[in-house]
Amino acid sequence: MVENRPWANLIAHIVLISGVALVAFPVYVAIIASTHSLSGLLQGTLPLLPGGHGIENYTRMWQSGVSNAGAPPAAQMLWNSFIMAMAITVGKLSISLLSAFAIVYFRFRFRMFFFWIIFVTLMLPVEVRIIPTFQVAADLKMLNSFAGLSIPLIASATATFLFRQFFMTIPEEMLEAARVDGAGPLKFFKDILMPLSVTNIAALFVIMFIYGWNQYLWPLIITTDPDYYTIVMGIQRMTSEENPQWQLVMAAVVMAALPPVLVILFMQRLFVKGLTETEK
Amino acid sequence: MQTKRMTYPGRFLPYALLAPQVIVTLIFFIWPAGQALYQSLLREDAFGLKTTFVGLENFARLFRDGSYLNSLSVTAVFAIGTTLLSMTVALLMASTVNRMIRSRTTYTTLLVWPYAIAPALAGVLWWFIFNPSIGIVPYMLEMVGYRWNHRNSGSDAMLLVIFAAAWKQISYNFLFFLAGLQSIPQSLIEAASIDGASPTKRFWTIIFPLLTPTTFFLLVVNVVYAMFDTFAIIHATTAGGPAQATNILVYKVYADGFVGLNLGSSAAQSVILMVIVVALTMIQFRFIERRVNY
Repeated sequence: MVENRPWANLIAHIVLISGVALVAFPVYVAIIASTHSLSGLLQGTLPLLPGGHGIENYTRMWQSGVSNAGAPPAAQMLWNSFIMAMAITVGKLSISLLSAFAIVYFRFRFRMFFFWIIFVTLMLPVEVRIIPTFQVAADLKMLNSFAGLSIPLIASATATFLFRQFFMTIPEEMLEAARVDGAGPLKFFKDILMPLSVTNIAALFVIMFIYGWNQYLWPLIITTDPDYYTIVMGIQRMTSEENPQWQLVMAAVVMAALPPVLVILFMQRLFVKGLTETEK
Repeated sequence: MQTKRMTYPGRFLPYALLAPQVIVTLIFFIWPAGQALYQSLLREDAFGLKTTFVGLENFARLFRDGSYLNSLSVTAVFAIGTTLLSMTVALLMASTVNRMIRSRTTYTTLLVWPYAIAPALAGVLWWFIFNPSIGIVPYMLEMVGYRWNHRNSGSDAMLLVIFAAAWKQISYNFLFFLAGLQSIPQSLIEAASIDGASPTKRFWTIIFPLLTPTTFFLLVVNVVYAMFDTFAIIHATTAGGPAQATNILVYKVYADGFVGLNLGSSAAQSVILMVIVVALTMIQFRFIERRVNY
């Protein structure tokens, strides 16, 4: 800052602290609610201090779930979410790396045609073409399977474009040197391109893991078998009951939010890099 | 499109490398999008036995349909409300954090994590806080004489979904505003303050104009977010109600197609949404290219 004004700094801190409090408030309420009994929550107003039923609620949610709502135990839903998120992330990253490599380092017939096929998928979300996509998945017998949960969501081009942008910035001399040394395309890809892309891959990994973990509409329509419920959509099934078991719902919300939040907190630098480069 | 000067020759390899991406795209993207286009030109009778080709009739019907026009205006209110709210808060936070030196990283970390929370969970959280019977905010509003009930009041329901959607987006806007602020040369601001410009004046005459590209970019991204990525928030809270008050376009596609089984109309709505999102993406992409090229 240009000039030093103690009172201005104080106001700035107050603004920021209230901002942080506002942002954190819903989650604070969820954590508090997950430590009370249902009757404690229904007594009129929501308590703002933790209660004594936390361990009980989390154990119950983790092990047995809300069985009358047909929601499986949280442990299983979290596992399903994890498999789905990992499949989407790894799938997207690998097909994007390969296709970006082909587009940047080869000259072949219909290259522009393929480029445009991939380009049109950029950002068109699954929500707007949901019914025909569902029909395709149903025709391919992919309902209630991990393949159905993940493969249709792999079809998006963002990562391809990022890798393309990044490959374009790698100096030509790298390729020249590799070719002089007699390295074929696959060797060049494996020994030079991949090691140079490690940070980009990791940054995208963070973004895509969160994207996959947080999917909602697609798992909601593609799975009817509780064995394949993911935690984010499972919570919706629990709240759409007549009298939701709020304390268990909130325990599940906390467990569902924890993995992606932890990923961001530990990988903040990579996350920011991935995010700003995705959109820049 | 630019290419490298030097490339590998290859007859089959490039196609093999592209195959996985292209196959997945064709099956789960191009084909469904084509189906939506095709279905938007058909009309199915109530039992699904007969389909007739009706041309653009489905589109014409939509624009005569009061509930679709309502959904258009609901979407506009929702998108504008969400965008304004989240961008204002984010800009306030970013410009305040930017003047901090030692505490900058701590505040950034504390403001960034809501990005990781699923829209559906954001919906459930805010729905719980605003729950008319046990929620904490209606209780406080009662004390100042306001009876909050998003189950009956359309405007209350709209506020609820705007809060949830904006809350989720603050961290994203914050990061971009912060990055934008940090790229403004410090010397400009120092020169202005030597000339005696107050912090407020410096913000409006120097900092804000230099942030215009970031602001414009975020405007487009936020409108895209509010229009397309908020399905989960609507579904998990109000389900478009009460009385269609929060039935945004992307939710209506789902409701008309999956619940109402009106495939022709739903497909026509999909097509309109695709056109909108492609247009918005083009704007965004032009901006991206400009940024990358300098």
